Amino acid sequence: MNWYGIRAIYKFEMARTGRTLMQSIASPVLSTSLYFIVFGAAIGSRMGDIDGISYGAFIIPGLLMLSLLSESISNASFGIFFPKFSGTIYEVLSAPVSAFEIVAGYVGAAATKSIILGLLILVTARFFVDYEIVHPFWMFGFLVLTALTFSMFGFVIGIWADDFQKLQVIPLMVVTPLTFLGGAFYSINMLPELWQKVILFNPVVYLISGFRWAFYGVSDVNVGISLGMTLLFLVLCMTGIWWIFRTGYRIKT
Amino acid sequence: MESIISVKGLGKTYAGGFTALKNVDLDIRRGEIFALLGPNGAGKTTLISIICGIVNPTGGSVTADGCDIIRDFRAARSKIGLVPQELATDAFESVLATVTFSRGLFGKSPDPAYIEKLLRQLSLWEKKDSKIMALSGGMKRRVMIAKALSHEPAILFLDEPSAGVDVELRQDMWEMVRGLRESGVTIILTTHYIEEAEEMADRVGVINHGEVVLVEEKNTLMQKMGEKELSLHLPEPLQQVPEALRDLPLTLNDDGSRLIYRFDIKSNDTGITELLRRLNEAEIEFRDLHTRESSLEEIFVGLVRGEREEKAEQLTKETLE
Ligand SMILES: Nc1ncnc2c1ncn2[C@@H]1O[C@H](COP(=O)(O)OP(=O)(O)OP(=O)(O)O)[C@@H](O)[C@H]1O
Ligand SMILES: [Mg+2]
Repeated sequence: MNWYGIRAIYKFEMARTGRTLMQSIASPVLSTSLYFIVFGAAIGSRMGDIDGISYGAFIIPGLLMLSLLSESISNASFGIFFPKFSGTIYEVLSAPVSAFEIVAGYVGAAATKSIILGLLILVTARFFVDYEIVHPFWMFGFLVLTALTFSMFGFVIGIWADDFQKLQVIPLMVVTPLTFLGGAFYSINMLPELWQKVILFNPVVYLISGFRWAFYGVSDVNVGISLGMTLLFLVLCMTGIWWIFRTGYRIKT
Repeated sequence: MESIISVKGLGKTYAGGFTALKNVDLDIRRGEIFALLGPNGAGKTTLISIICGIVNPTGGSVTADGCDIIRDFRAARSKIGLVPQELATDAFESVLATVTFSRGLFGKSPDPAYIEKLLRQLSLWEKKDSKIMALSGGMKRRVMIAKALSHEPAILFLDEPSAGVDVELRQDMWEMVRGLRESGVTIILTTHYIEEAEEMADRVGVINHGEVVLVEEKNTLMQKMGEKELSLHLPEPLQQVPEALRDLPLTLNDDGSRLIYRFDIKSNDTGITELLRRLNEAEIEFRDLHTRESSLEEIFVGLVRGEREEKAEQLTKETLE
């Protein structure tokens, strides 16, 4: 195991975050705070409780998940896309690092950033909304698992993308809508019966539901299923990465 | 001599169907400077990229210091440093950070003293905290050299190191390359400058259309190069070299209309005065005379123009003589 190699990639990526602190940390924290102000403090006060939870508190897990997904994906995808774009990837490819070590470095750094960001958002939320976490251990578990999984997903996108537009298209056109529709702002029990069924095809529903269970002990779907789905995505992303390195897809000619 | 890199039957066909390397066999000896020459698109970069693990081969095998580059990639790659043809650097990183990164990436424990020595050697120490984007092209290339050497490799590939580098820096660079060779590093470089190969290399390889067409000791090539031909146009063709002149390095051309004298341009006594005196004594007249020298460039161009087999054959024949 090339530990120095993993550490070098990890440190390099973390240093990149350091340079872009405004963009990678401050801006997502700020935009999420805006949601808390508007939906939590302002509009939320006029809304009834959902499942016995104040609306402001109810949207925290979903909003957190939204930031977590989009930031994990964009961090990790950019992290690997950029060296591919600038040509510096030659060095990683010529180094004695295995696929696992490359992924550990890039995905590890992207996930770390997301986790830090998630915790920051949690702290910030406390300024606007009152909430308590029923299962802190599970909350952190879901946080870490989601950050990891979607950093891997981002890594796959970064490899797949051959221009900047493709880099943006999945997070913007797929992940954000799925998150908004996946119960970030409502409980799926509030939907018409048919839609309650249809929405179960939205994978983000499981992530948000599980996360909300960890916060408040209530969920739209069974938490076991949520955990299972999260793990399933993890396995899917790992398989994707394994395939990429086995075939050299878009990284080696 | 023991070979440090051994390329066997290496082939590469790119996804588009273009065959960039055809069954390449090549052995690089431990401790030598090997110059790989060839026109644009010959396959030099492809060959290097395969050895370094950046491009997947479609056939054949390579070992670096006895380690297979695929099965035993860790051991093989940790011995190799690469300065690629294209300048690709992390614009926002500092010089020191990027070189330190490279060392770690190659699995070596940090060694600030070594990195400092390296940067000083490359006159980059004053720039260690500068962002790479603030450096000139030549400095960037030196940064890439520093990155390639950061993990103390036993084998160094320099793909067109002198592209975009001024004369002075080129001299410094060659000085450093020689120094590296002294310390036991094997160096493989590609270049379009034949003088560079002449000046630096122990051996020269020529690659064209994905095939290695010539591998030769540079000195042998230099001998050819340092050789000059004096040809004397005779008014009457001769059947053979006259008896009286048999002891001189003279040959007749095919139709006997010219006497050809070969001499070493570098020696003090080319023997021309002697030749002319003897010709006079033997009463051999000549209408005209001219001299020409064969250069490595000429050999190279000839090879590349598709007369390659013929020339190579001729060359080896003459070398044996
Ligand atoms: N990724 C690729 N896909 C398809 N063809 C490629 C690829 N890379 C190189 N080639 C082709 O392979 C051939 C050899 O290219 P290579 O870069 O090895 O040449 P070279 O000898 O290094 O040339 P130069 O002196 O210009 O650097 C060229 O015809 C090139 O077009
Ligand atoms: Mg090239």
